Amino acid sequence: MAKTHEIVEKNVGLMIILTLVAVSFGGLVEIVPLFFQKQTTQPIEGLKPWTALQLEGRDIYIREGCNTCHSQMIRPFRAETERYGHFSVAGEHVYEHPFLWGSKRTGPDLARVGQRYSDQWHYDHLMNPRDVVPESNMPGFPWLDENILSGETTGAKMEALRAVGVPYTDADIAGAQAAVEGKKEMDALIAYLQGLGTFLKVKR
Amino acid sequence: MTGIDFTAGWVNGWIITIVLINLLGCLWLLWWTRKRPDDTIKEGESMGHSFDGIEELNNPLPHWWLNLFYFTIAFALIYLTLYPGWGDAKGVLGWTSVGQWETEVEKAENRYDRLFEEYAQHSVEKLATQEEVVKTGQRLFGNNCAICHGSDARGNVGYPNLTDGDWLYGGTPEKIKETLTNGRGGMMPALGAALGEDGTKNVAAYVLSLSGRQGSGDAEAGKEKFNMMCAACHGPDGKGNQMLGAPNLTDDVWLYGGTEATIIETLNNGRQGKMPSFKDQLSPEKIHVLAAYVYSLSN
Repeated sequence: MAKTHEIVEKNVGLMIILTLVAVSFGGLVEIVPLFFQKQTTQPIEGLKPWTALQLEGRDIYIREGCNTCHSQMIRPFRAETERYGHFSVAGEHVYEHPFLWGSKRTGPDLARVGQRYSDQWHYDHLMNPRDVVPESNMPGFPWLDENILSGETTGAKMEALRAVGVPYTDADIAGAQAAVEGKKEMDALIAYLQGLGTFLKVKR
Repeated sequence: MTGIDFTAGWVNGWIITIVLINLLGCLWLLWWTRKRPDDTIKEGESMGHSFDGIEELNNPLPHWWLNLFYFTIAFALIYLTLYPGWGDAKGVLGWTSVGQWETEVEKAENRYDRLFEEYAQHSVEKLATQEEVVKTGQRLFGNNCAICHGSDARGNVGYPNLTDGDWLYGGTPEKIKETLTNGRGGMMPALGAALGEDGTKNVAAYVLSLSGRQGSGDAEAGKEKFNMMCAACHGPDGKGNQMLGAPNLTDDVWLYGGTEATIIETLNNGRQGKMPSFKDQLSPEKIHVLAAYVYSLSN
C-alpha cells in the first residue's frame, strides 16, 4: 500500500494547512454567498438606522448583557409568530453591527418589543422587574436611571458604522452629541427598545 | 417571499462547484484511506509501524461501516436535490421555511378561525358567560395583557385593576373593545408649578377629603383651586369623566396610590398612563373574545 498518508501524518505544518482547507469548505459555501444575496444585504423598505440616542441604548443593551438572556430572532414557527408577531427577516438587520439575534431565551424574545408596552412600563420594569411581573427572574438595572450620557463618542461610533455601510448623514453625526448629552442611560435604552422591530409594517 | 436572489452571477456556480468538490473529496478520501483486501499485508498482521513497542495492525473498517460512509455521500446528493441545495435551485420538493410556516398557520386557521367567527356572531355579554370562550380569552390575556395588568388581572401601581368594576374609560363591551383596539393615553398634566407648594398640599387635602380622609393642607382652600384647575376633567364633584379617562377621585380606588405623598407627586409631575393599541397584533375576532374575558371579570 502506498505510504502517502505518512507524509501528512508526520508533517504537522502540512496537516494544519490541509485541516484549514477542509474546515473552510463549510464557510466558503455557507457564509460567503450571504454577502451576495439580496435578502441579506438589502434593507427592508422603510428601514432607518438607529438615532443617536437609540444607538447609545443599543450599546447599553450590549454592555448589560441583555442579549445573553433575550434573543432578537423570531423564527418562522406559528407558536412564535402568534406570541411575538411576524417572523424576523434578514433585511431588518442590515444596519446591525453586530446583530444581536442571540440563541438563548431565558427571557422572552425582544425582536418586536418596540411599541408593545409604554415607556413607563419599561421604566418600572427596568428599575425592578418584579414591580410589574411578580414571577420575573430578571435582574433590576436601577443605575441606568442615575448614569448620565456625555455623548462624547456617539458621533465617532456613527462614523464607524457609516464606514461599514450604515447610511448616517453628516448632519446625523454632527448632531449626535447634542442629541445624547445629558440624557439618562435609561432613556437611551428605552428609546432603543421602543424601536425594536417597528420597521417591518406587516405585523401578523 | 421570493427565493434566493444573488447579486452576482458567479455565486451560483461557486456554491455548486464547492459542494461537488467537497463530496468528491470525501469519496476520494474514503477510497484513499481504506485498506484494500489485495494488500500485501494480511488482516490482523502488523502494518510495520511501531512506536515504543506499540504496533499498528491491519484492522480494516468492517464493510457495512465503510458502506455507511458511501451511503452518506449518496444521501447528500439526494438531499441537495430534493431541498434547495444546488445554488439558487428551488429543489424538487419546492420546500421553503416560509412555506412551511404558512402551512402550519393555515392548518391552525382552518381549525380555530371557525371558532372565532362563530364567537363573533354573539354579543360580548353572552360570550362572557361561556366557560370555553372565557378560557380562550384568558389565554389571549396571558400572552398580551398580563405583563402590565398581572396574570390575575388585578393590575399594579399605574396599571388598572380590571376586576373591581371601576373603569377609567368605561366598562361596557363597546368601550372595552375600543380600549383594546386603539389603546388609551392618560393625560394628567403636571400642576406643581401652577399650584405652588402650598397650593399642591391644599388640593391634595381636598382630594383626600373626597374619600373621607384628611391631609396636612387646607382642604377648603384646595377646593377652590380644584374647581379652577381640576374640575374640568375630574368634574366639580370629583367623580371623574370616562369620556376623558379622568378617574373618579371619591371612590378610594387609586391607580397610582392614594397616600398624601403620591397624590402630591401626581399633582406635581402629572401622569401619562398609556394603554397600547392591539389592532396590529390581534384580529378583531380575537379582540372580541378578549373583551369577553375582561368583561367577565367584573360582571
